[in-house]
Amino acid sequence: MTTWISVCNLSDIDPDTGVCALLNGEQVALFRWGNSDTVYAINNFDPFGKANVLSRGLIGSVGERPVVASPLYKQHFDLSTGECLEDTEKSIKVYPVRVEAGVVALGAA
Amino acid sequence: MSKKRIIVVGNGMVGHNFIDTLANAECASQFDIITFAEEARLAYDRVQLSKYFSGASAEDLALTTEADYQKQGIIYTLNEKVVAIDSHAKTVTTASGRVEGYDKLVLATGSFPFVPPIPGKDQDHCLVYRTIEDLEAISASAAVSKTGVVVGGGLLGLEAANALKQAGLETHVVEFAPRLMAVQLDEGGGKLLRRKIEELGVSVHTEKATTEIVAGEECRYRMNFADGSFLETDMILFSAGIRPQDELARQFGLDVGERGGIVINDYCQTSEADIYAIGECALWDNKIYGLVAPGYQMAKVAIEHIVSSLLTHEEPAASFQGADMSTKLKLLGVDVASIGDAHGHTAGSQSYVFNDDVEQVYKRLIVSADGKKLVGAVLVGDVEAYGTLLQLKLNDMDIPGNPANLILPVSDGSEPVGLGVSALPETAQICSCYDVSKGDIANAVQGGCCSMGDIKDATKASTGCGGCAALVKQVMDAELTALGVEVNNNLCEHFAFTRAELADIVRVKGYTTFSELLENHGSGHGCEICKPTIGSILASFNNEYVLKDELISLQDTNDIFLGNMQKDGTYSIVPRIAGGEITPEKLIVLGEVAKEYDLYTKITGGQRIDLFGAQLHQLPDIWKKLVDAGFETGHAYGKSLRTVKSCVGSTWCRYGVLDSVSMAIALENRYKGLRAPHKIKFAVSGCTRECAEAQGKDIGVIATENGWNLYVCGNGGMRPRHADLFATDLDDETLVKYIDRVLMFYVRTADRLQRTSVWMENLEGGLDYLKDVVINDKLGICDELEAGMTKVVDTYQCEWKTTIETPEKLKRFSHYINATDEDNNLLYVRERGQRRPATEQERIELVNLETAAD
Ligand code: SRM
Ligand SMILES: Cc1cc2nc3c(=O)[nH]c(=O)nc-3n(C[C@H](O)[C@H](O)[C@H](O)COP(=O)(O)OP(=O)(O)OC[C@H]3O[C@@H](n4cnc5c(N)ncnc54)[C@H](O)[C@@H]3O)c2cc1C
Ligand code: SF4
Ligand code: FES
Repeated sequence: MTTWISVCNLSDIDPDTGVCALLNGEQVALFRWGNSDTVYAINNFDPFGKANVLSRGLIGSVGERPVVASPLYKQHFDLSTGECLEDTEKSIKVYPVRVEAGVVALGAA
Repeated sequence: MSKKRIIVVGNGMVGHNFIDTLANAECASQFDIITFAEEARLAYDRVQLSKYFSGASAEDLALTTEADYQKQGIIYTLNEKVVAIDSHAKTVTTASGRVEGYDKLVLATGSFPFVPPIPGKDQDHCLVYRTIEDLEAISASAAVSKTGVVVGGGLLGLEAANALKQAGLETHVVEFAPRLMAVQLDEGGGKLLRRKIEELGVSVHTEKATTEIVAGEECRYRMNFADGSFLETDMILFSAGIRPQDELARQFGLDVGERGGIVINDYCQTSEADIYAIGECALWDNKIYGLVAPGYQMAKVAIEHIVSSLLTHEEPAASFQGADMSTKLKLLGVDVASIGDAHGHTAGSQSYVFNDDVEQVYKRLIVSADGKKLVGAVLVGDVEAYGTLLQLKLNDMDIPGNPANLILPVSDGSEPVGLGVSALPETAQICSCYDVSKGDIANAVQGGCCSMGDIKDATKASTGCGGCAALVKQVMDAELTALGVEVNNNLCEHFAFTRAELADIVRVKGYTTFSELLENHGSGHGCEICKPTIGSILASFNNEYVLKDELISLQDTNDIFLGNMQKDGTYSIVPRIAGGEITPEKLIVLGEVAKEYDLYTKITGGQRIDLFGAQLHQLPDIWKKLVDAGFETGHAYGKSLRTVKSCVGSTWCRYGVLDSVSMAIALENRYKGLRAPHKIKFAVSGCTRECAEAQGKDIGVIATENGWNLYVCGNGGMRPRHADLFATDLDDETLVKYIDRVLMFYVRTADRLQRTSVWMENLEGGLDYLKDVVINDKLGICDELEAGMTKVVDTYQCEWKTTIETPEKLKRFSHYINATDEDNNLLYVRERGQRRPATEQERIELVNLETAAD
């Protein structure tokens, strides 16, 4: 069963930007899609730049896919699958996330 | 087999072109190339000679360097005139008595200015216009003169008049014929040109024959004319035509024409088979060609003939078949062009004339008796049609539709009648300076060239007079399209517009947010290309706080936290130190802050101080301390004004002529915060020694005795570009006005991430066009450009000051949204007394050490 851990309020995330949450010692990048209550959660570590920075990347769309571009060297990661568009070997972890009553919670295994 | 000896007499434009082409040919190793130059320097660009008056140096004009000649193994001697030829012994003798043998001799001795035999012509301050030394003499004379007269109203005479005008002299042109540029223009064209030039303050006197030059009363001299009138002047410049330098040919038995010129055949051979003549000294079919392009063609023909006669013994492929003398140029700021038979001498030819006294435009087309072919044209005041008309003429093409349409003005909105480049044959010569055909450009495109820069590198097209730039670009674009390479200038998948188009949309519609644009003009959700681009456009025109709610998601890696992200995710801090000037107190503050936060400290290449290794949550604290001490953000993170470098200037330096530091600080404070398509760098030097390296900057300012010289579009970095001299001797106010306009025009029209250097290289019409827009207000937008800049200046805010004063904005400056911990991935080692990020190897070792210690 998934345990939901609240990490912040939806209003803490400016529309179309990201923040980083600490979840049991792991760094999770959370992105809010536009002004909506859709939130994506992926690991914060950039496997190319080898630094914890993905939450600070710009988000947007490639075709239909929602993505973040790494702030270091601009590789794209699919926000819903963690897949790296440039090099699937470097794909990253995604986390279950939900927004309820304006609170963002991450699912811990 | 020993090498063949080729001697080239004269190292002018054509002699050099011959040498350069031969030295780069495949068979170059089979030749020894020897050249004698009467002048004190190797070849320079005589065509651009007048630029010397607007600040270009002898080096700027040089077509080559001694180092290059040495590298290529060319044997050269400067200041050495060839005085004798022995065509039997096959030797030449120089003024200093050197004797050299040749297998082939090439005469490229050019021409000399003709000075009419007027009594009094040999006095001081009676000068000519041909060499750099002549220009030095003119400058010196102009400095002690108030009035100047140019004798001769032809092409060169008018160029000389411009030079005198620029030097601040009251300028007159005295012409023997009834009109100006009698060779190239018909009566109507000459009349309009005269009117325009007189409006610019140059007095024109036609039908005047000077009989003597005597001492003057008001001025140094008085010129008396045959009709009894006279003119007083301090200096006289003769520009009454040129004469071929055929002295050697005359003395040593080569055939010369009745009116001068060394007679050559279609292979450029003189009456002695092993002696060639090329360039302005050569007479082909009883014609002298006073332009550089035909000279280059002759050089090419001569080389082919020499190679075939000495090495391959094959029939040479090329022969000289005459050359087109059409010209397009700007004289005293007036556009003038002449094509083919400008006077309508062709039997049965008929004319179309368009004359607009209000706009001051004159155009005349001369067509064949059947009206199908173009035989000549004259254009004054509007030369748009030159490219099209020239191609019709050169390729003997049928005129499409009604010939009148070619010169009639177009009504608003519709495209001018042009000639699709696709209609041109492959052999059509597009660039006459470097003889580049449409086919050559097409080949270059097929070989992978896809920008004007590529084409220039590959074919040299458009690197001479530049007159062919527009046409070269059209051919390139057409060729790209034909190859199926869609000339797609779309910004990204979300916007089918270029950056410049989006900038226009934002400006005209007054948008202030990305979502308005996306909704009305785009698709999808945006991306890391269009968001920052539009963020930058919005900032350039509206100059709102970049972290404002609706704008924040547009900011790229650095802007979004107002700092430059380093490799480990920490940030650097660069406060503004305008002009590089800083008080000891402020230096101490920087030291103290750096010490407190253990920041790696380094002096940057931009004359300021960078503090590295601050974590996100530390940025506001650090900036608060800096802002309290009077610092502002340095925008090191923005595509915006970076630094204005300065040298110490007249305040301390014994050579400084103006206060470069004060100017640098004033400029930095004016333009700080201006967001642009890319970063912008300035420098201001206090004298021509140029210690601030202004000629490598987007905007460079150099002090002179008479004011500031403004340079634009320089670049250091990956592909350095020397800045172009834009205007000279400006006062403070005009300097700022021009910079305002140049920058705002750049902001409006450049591509995404295009520095001013690349922008300039892609700007159709180049430097002259930019001058037209900024100095002459050709587009009538200068008021708007200035107003745009004033708005940016007036709405400046220090983004860091605003941020630390806005508590809700500070929430974002922490590594975690739900914890105050630091990023646990940061690891440092100390080197030379400061910390730096650990390398990958060091990380492994350090982490192992820690685990071992546990
Ligand atoms: C700090 C500094 C190096 C130093 O230690 O001296 C520096 C550092 C960087 N430069 Fe630079 N450049 C620095 C002076 C220069 C200079 C010298 C100058 O300005 O006189 C040049 C050449 C001059 C020029 O730009 O024409 C220069 C040419 C570049 C380029 C190449 C630009 C080009 O047009 O080719 C880049 C890459 C880019 O902008 O795309 C670049 C990019 C960068 C970036 C932003 C790379 C990056 O994305 O991280 C570096 C970030 C620095 C930081 O985190 O603060 N930097 N860089 C200098 C900061 C100057 C300042 O005070 O603001
Ligand atoms: C102000 C100005 C503007 C011009 N504008 C244009 C233009 O817009 N477009 C255009 O096409 N053309 C223009 N021209 C003409 C162009 O410069 C010439 O066509 C070109 O320079 C001819 O090249 P050349 O090598 O034949 O002669 P030059 O460049 O004159 O070179 C001849 C060289 O030979 C040297 N020499 C002569 N005799 C001897 C000897 N016995 N021994 C050793 N050396 C000797 C001379 O000193 C000289 O250096 C312009 C010329 C001037 C002066
Ligand atoms: S030269 Fe390269 S490494 Fe050095 S500061 Fe500039 S961008 Fe960084
Ligand atoms: S025609 Fe002069 S550069 Fe091409």
